Amino acid sequence: MTALFAFTPAETAAILLSLKVAWWAMVWSVPFGLAAAFLLARGRFRGLSLINAAVHLPLVLPPVVTGYVLLLLFGRRGPLGMFFAEHLGIVFAFRWTGAALASAVMGFPLMVRAMRLSLEAVDRRLEAAAGTLGANPLWVLVTVTLPLMLPGIVAGMILSFARALGEFGATITFVSNIPGETQTLPTAIYMLTQVPGGDAAALRLTAVSIVVAMLALFASEAAARRAAARLAS
Amino acid sequence: MLHVAVAHRFGDFALDAAFSGGDGLTVLFGRSGAGKTSLINAIAGLIRPQRGHIAVGDAVLTDTERGIFVPPHKRRIGYVFQEGRLFPHLTVRQNLLYGRWFAPRSRDRGEFGQVVELLGIGGLLARRPATLSGGEKQRVAIGRALLSRPRLLVMDEPLASLDEARKAEILPYIERLRDETRVPIVYVSHSIPEVARLATTLVVMSEGRVAAIGPPEAVMSRLDLFPLTGRAEAGAILNAVVAGHDAEFGLTRLAAGGGELRVPRLGLAPGAAVRVRIRARDVMIALTPPTGLSALNILPGTVAEVAPDGGGPIVQLRLDCAGEALIARLTRRSVETLGLVPGKRVYAVIKSIAFDQHALAVPGPGGADADTRPG
Repeated sequence: MTALFAFTPAETAAILLSLKVAWWAMVWSVPFGLAAAFLLARGRFRGLSLINAAVHLPLVLPPVVTGYVLLLLFGRRGPLGMFFAEHLGIVFAFRWTGAALASAVMGFPLMVRAMRLSLEAVDRRLEAAAGTLGANPLWVLVTVTLPLMLPGIVAGMILSFARALGEFGATITFVSNIPGETQTLPTAIYMLTQVPGGDAAALRLTAVSIVVAMLALFASEAAARRAAARLAS
Repeated sequence: MLHVAVAHRFGDFALDAAFSGGDGLTVLFGRSGAGKTSLINAIAGLIRPQRGHIAVGDAVLTDTERGIFVPPHKRRIGYVFQEGRLFPHLTVRQNLLYGRWFAPRSRDRGEFGQVVELLGIGGLLARRPATLSGGEKQRVAIGRALLSRPRLLVMDEPLASLDEARKAEILPYIERLRDETRVPIVYVSHSIPEVARLATTLVVMSEGRVAAIGPPEAVMSRLDLFPLTGRAEAGAILNAVVAGHDAEFGLTRLAAGGGELRVPRLGLAPGAAVRVRIRARDVMIALTPPTGLSALNILPGTVAEVAPDGGGPIVQLRLDCAGEALIARLTRRSVETLGLVPGKRVYAVIKSIAFDQHALAVPGPGGADADTRPG
């Protein structure tokens, strides 16, 4: 039994890397997700449906296609990849940052959807009331709109995190499967199932995946309950 | 001093209204759809009129000719909405203090306590809006608007969503607000009892226009406005003084209109001013001083105006009772039988029971005798 849960250094690395990738994918998605949610919920201009389609594209495209597009754009010779490497010193290709980017893109539609729904549920008359009390639009956003959206923001973050933990296709296409750098739980499990004698290790990592997923779901339930209780009582 | 002139067209509806209001409480009165809420939304800056000029005191808030439009958050106009609009994620205390972050600093540190005391909401501070009753929510909403230190308070039918008991609970607070704070109030209503109780100045609106403006006593006694002031509920407003109490029968005697009215006992000292609303349908007319009658109130007067209602069976009469106007609603048949024509001496008979709770109000300072009576 102890042998079953004695992780090898490579397995530990995959677990920690998965958590790191999912965390940063979620954190970096939040500002962009909020911006997209506001644009889609409140924007009034031509081309909005085009943006809506673009945001939802990763949901319907085969993940391999998304990964390949990321490789073309953010690879070493890709236009965006060169820009980030030159000006910001960030390299995505075959790095864990690339895995985070792929996970973030794949989870983005889910996050935007949750945030947008909660924003659409915000009573705009409350925002007008805050305005009459002297709050400028930025203060209204910070003190009324965002707090009222909080359940949706939390739900979107958890969906994004969970999606990132499970991301496989886009990640392996974009940044490959390099142990210690881009090998996350799903890619590690996939590799283990492809080699003879990898069954026990695959099972261990599968168990870890299930536990982490369950914890994320419990956390999301608890957060949603607390947020709802705060508004209702 | 408030000056409002607004012209705005939304689809089929055209708002084209102008009025000036002074201190105290100005009621915008009219049916739903008359443009009352649009007008105060223009005052608060929630709609931008196509043409208009809005000024409160020295501050010009909207002037389309000069291209001035002050955004709502810089207007300092406290808005009490019909549905309260408390922030559900904040406690009552946080709701009350919300506007303070943005209001100009005050030296008066006791203000919060005063407002809380004025509105009787001290026991609610730690609670969330979802746990409050409708009446409590409205009191908190009033306090929140007041604590943002507005130069003007606008209230959009703050009692409309409440039942009679809750209305009776809040009305005294609005009276205190009118009498104890120096903030002028514009109050939207379609309720005659609220007008009679609260108004310093009455603005009657109809189809986007101002139909009449003046002290409520003068406006409510105009027969030509009856279609707008609500036939069934319409009636005159009399200014009266408490003359004494009749302890044995639990009545209060009021001196009004050249006679005496007996009303269910009021908790006021002799000499106190009272405003009495007498509905036109509660007034009977006699040619001689009646005897052997259960009604306790008989005011002598003369017929001042007879307004037949388009040849229908009902006729409105305006009586002059020692300078105060009284309105009676009779059948055309009675008017002809009694030979009621202007100048005729008559006796108005009013049942004491006609004075319900909402018919009696203490007018605010300057409320009863504002000097803007139309020519």
